[in-house]
Amino acid sequence: MNVNRLTAIDDKPARSRGPYFAMIASAVFGVIGAAGSASANTSNGYNLPRGVTVLSRDIYQVHMMVLWVCIAIAVLVFGTMIYALVKFRHSQGAIPDTTMVHSTKVEIIWTIVPVLILIAMAVPAALSILKIEDTRNSDLSIRVTGYQWKWQYQYMDAATGISFFSTLSADSNFARQLHSGVDPKSVPHYLLSVDHPLVIPSGVKVRLLLTSADVIHAWWVPDFGMKRDLIPGFINEMWIKVLPGKEGVYRGQCAALCGRDHGFMPIVVDVKTPADFKKWVEDQKAALKQAQAAPAAQGSPSTAAAAPKQIAARQPGLPLTAKL
Amino acid sequence: MAHATDTAHDAHDDQPATGIKRWLFATNHKDIGTMYLVFSLIMFFVGGTMAMIIRAELFEPGLQLVDPGFFNEMTTMHALVMIFGAVMPAFVGLANWMIPLQVGAPDMALPRMNNFSFWILPFAFTLLLSTLFVPGGAPAGGWTMYPPLALQFGDSFPMLIFAIHLMGVSSIMGAINVIVTILNMRAPGMSLLKMPLFCWSWLITAYLLIAVMPVLAGAVTMLLTDHFFGTSFFNAAGGGDPLMFEHIFWFFGHPEVYIMILPAFGVISEIIPTFSRKPLFGASSMIYAIASIAFLSFIVWGHHMFADGMPLAAQMFFMMSTMLIAVPTGVKVFNWTATMWRGSLSFEPPMLFALGFLFMFTIGGFSGLMLALVPADFQYNQSYFVVAHFHYVLVPGAVFSIMGAVYYWLPKWTGNMYNMKLAKTHFWLSTIFVNVLFFPQHFLGLAGMPRRIPDYAVQFTDWNMVSSIGAFGFGLSQILFAIAIIQCVRGGQKATAKVWSDATPTGLEWTIPSPAPYHSFTTAPEVH
Repeated sequence: MNVNRLTAIDDKPARSRGPYFAMIASAVFGVIGAAGSASANTSNGYNLPRGVTVLSRDIYQVHMMVLWVCIAIAVLVFGTMIYALVKFRHSQGAIPDTTMVHSTKVEIIWTIVPVLILIAMAVPAALSILKIEDTRNSDLSIRVTGYQWKWQYQYMDAATGISFFSTLSADSNFARQLHSGVDPKSVPHYLLSVDHPLVIPSGVKVRLLLTSADVIHAWWVPDFGMKRDLIPGFINEMWIKVLPGKEGVYRGQCAALCGRDHGFMPIVVDVKTPADFKKWVEDQKAALKQAQAAPAAQGSPSTAAAAPKQIAARQPGLPLTAKL
Repeated sequence: MAHATDTAHDAHDDQPATGIKRWLFATNHKDIGTMYLVFSLIMFFVGGTMAMIIRAELFEPGLQLVDPGFFNEMTTMHALVMIFGAVMPAFVGLANWMIPLQVGAPDMALPRMNNFSFWILPFAFTLLLSTLFVPGGAPAGGWTMYPPLALQFGDSFPMLIFAIHLMGVSSIMGAINVIVTILNMRAPGMSLLKMPLFCWSWLITAYLLIAVMPVLAGAVTMLLTDHFFGTSFFNAAGGGDPLMFEHIFWFFGHPEVYIMILPAFGVISEIIPTFSRKPLFGASSMIYAIASIAFLSFIVWGHHMFADGMPLAAQMFFMMSTMLIAVPTGVKVFNWTATMWRGSLSFEPPMLFALGFLFMFTIGGFSGLMLALVPADFQYNQSYFVVAHFHYVLVPGAVFSIMGAVYYWLPKWTGNMYNMKLAKTHFWLSTIFVNVLFFPQHFLGLAGMPRRIPDYAVQFTDWNMVSSIGAFGFGLSQILFAIAIIQCVRGGQKATAKVWSDATPTGLEWTIPSPAPYHSFTTAPEVH
């Protein structure tokens, strides 16, 4: 595994403190510049991430389109208002034109023009929805089940049999306790790291089947462009196709209030190249077989931390090792 | 005018009853309006204190002050208290005070029901706030009460539901009173189209209330039976449907949003023409715009649920219908701007708050338009971007309009002018801090911070600190509001009947003396 590259992608870029418009502009020019460095993938701290999937790029464009339309309208409307505030002041002796109370013509204009702008925005948005909702022809399906407060990932298709839970990593969990005395800044990826990340291949269409065992959760990795709810009794779908070359670790969180520890069930996805992914699947299957052949009790939590793959291969339904 | 006799009890004495009886047995619309407004102000500070706790915990990463369970109680209670305790009663209070004065009626049409609808509220909120002290704590699943999470609440659960039933009953009675008063008690010659915009906005709001409060009551009653009587309306294991709650809730919830903003539109449509010294531009299109927004509010509820997984056709429908709301809302903003155009503007405190509303509500409108686009909503939904959006429309939107209304009519109510300098300071501090508070939350949401979390990853630290500083500043600034009101009630420079004699206030309320006499318009005025 190319650790250096992963780190590079994963690092949060330094936060810029320039004026708002400059921030937006730099974000936009980042898009036009395309390609760019790997660190452009994550959010710059004030705008949506462009993300690393086919859909996240589309969604980012819809976002930037509507943002610019809003900024343009804001400049016009606020500009007009400010002009009026400066120009028509009582203290400057402005005389009110009390006959100006109605104009069918301008009222029709400022009804029709917004309608046209809305239609112009609705078309690309609608096309994007068609793409988002097309979950057919996926190469790999993974069932994601939400629990209070952890995720379970169960692989299907070529990776059938791999199944594991993913919970907040022990160091974050310790640091996040009330009066823990630990500085969150000293914990790597505080609140955004897990014991066992979801592993998916890049370049292929991965379909997630989302459901919940208790209350409603929502699975959200901003760099993948989407979130979707996990609802008991329902199976929701969403798809991810990470662009080749964008392998790395991506992080997100549960986005639907799901109780006391809602803020403490992060999502970490390790995107590997198809070849690396294949190897990972084989390793997992081998470990699974080994575990089934020798069903001796798993070790203590410290062993678990040292050997995540064995835990990862744990069959669904087995109780989790107690959190540290 | 058969109703008029109801208001004067045994004798036509012009003096209010003394002591507690005046308030307990109040049937006078002015007394009841005052009680609503005072109640609302108290709840504004109660809900605000909860917001301060939330922002204090979010000042930096890590948990320093409260545990996550209590944090969730605070977010839930903050929303319930602010929506049902602060904003809605404030508008009902304004309706009580101003609708009879604006339509030239001696009182509200149903004064005893008016008393009842107010006095339910202190009980409802005692019930709601006492959940903070019951085993299991206050409701902690968000004000939206989504099952199955809501079914996990402790003893607070039935208390919450009965509190909501009481609030609903109160709102419906208030709404009936508004409708009956407006439709039956207008002064001779005041046709509906001659009626002030504040009354129009309230008339439409009242219909919305009557239409949707029973829907909320139904939804929470189903929750109650799911919890205690073994039904499975929302329990998937029993063949129920957790999503159905969201549909029912938002069928109430979206019109509810407009219940909190339409009367604000009415207030702004009163204030801007006064201080522009020019009649409202396109008054009839303003009324049509309010009516269109009210109609659209019933067919857009799905936009709260895009991320829930929805059929393609439903996503398209709810996206388009939601985007349509921008049209009548745009008409309103353009008309207000046109009202100021070639006017003669002065910047007394009510006008400042109206202008603050105009700018910042529009910002909330823009983020609303962004949220309407389904693909982008998949990112924004449930993030701090949503928090920024609805606070922009509710705080510098609805709350600023209420403050503007208070500063506009307070001299009429008390007979005294308030301290203008203090009120202007209140405005400027509020405006600066409200933006410091909520604007960075757009960035937080876009950068990936989910809402309703007590602790966050370290990359969200800076904007959270800025936001919290804004929150403390905004919270403290509101003390000035309370001081300005208390000073004004106690005394001050005497106000004239017209109050804003330098400007052009229009409407019947300015034809009676300040303070408004205890019984006004006992003889209906003629409107030409």
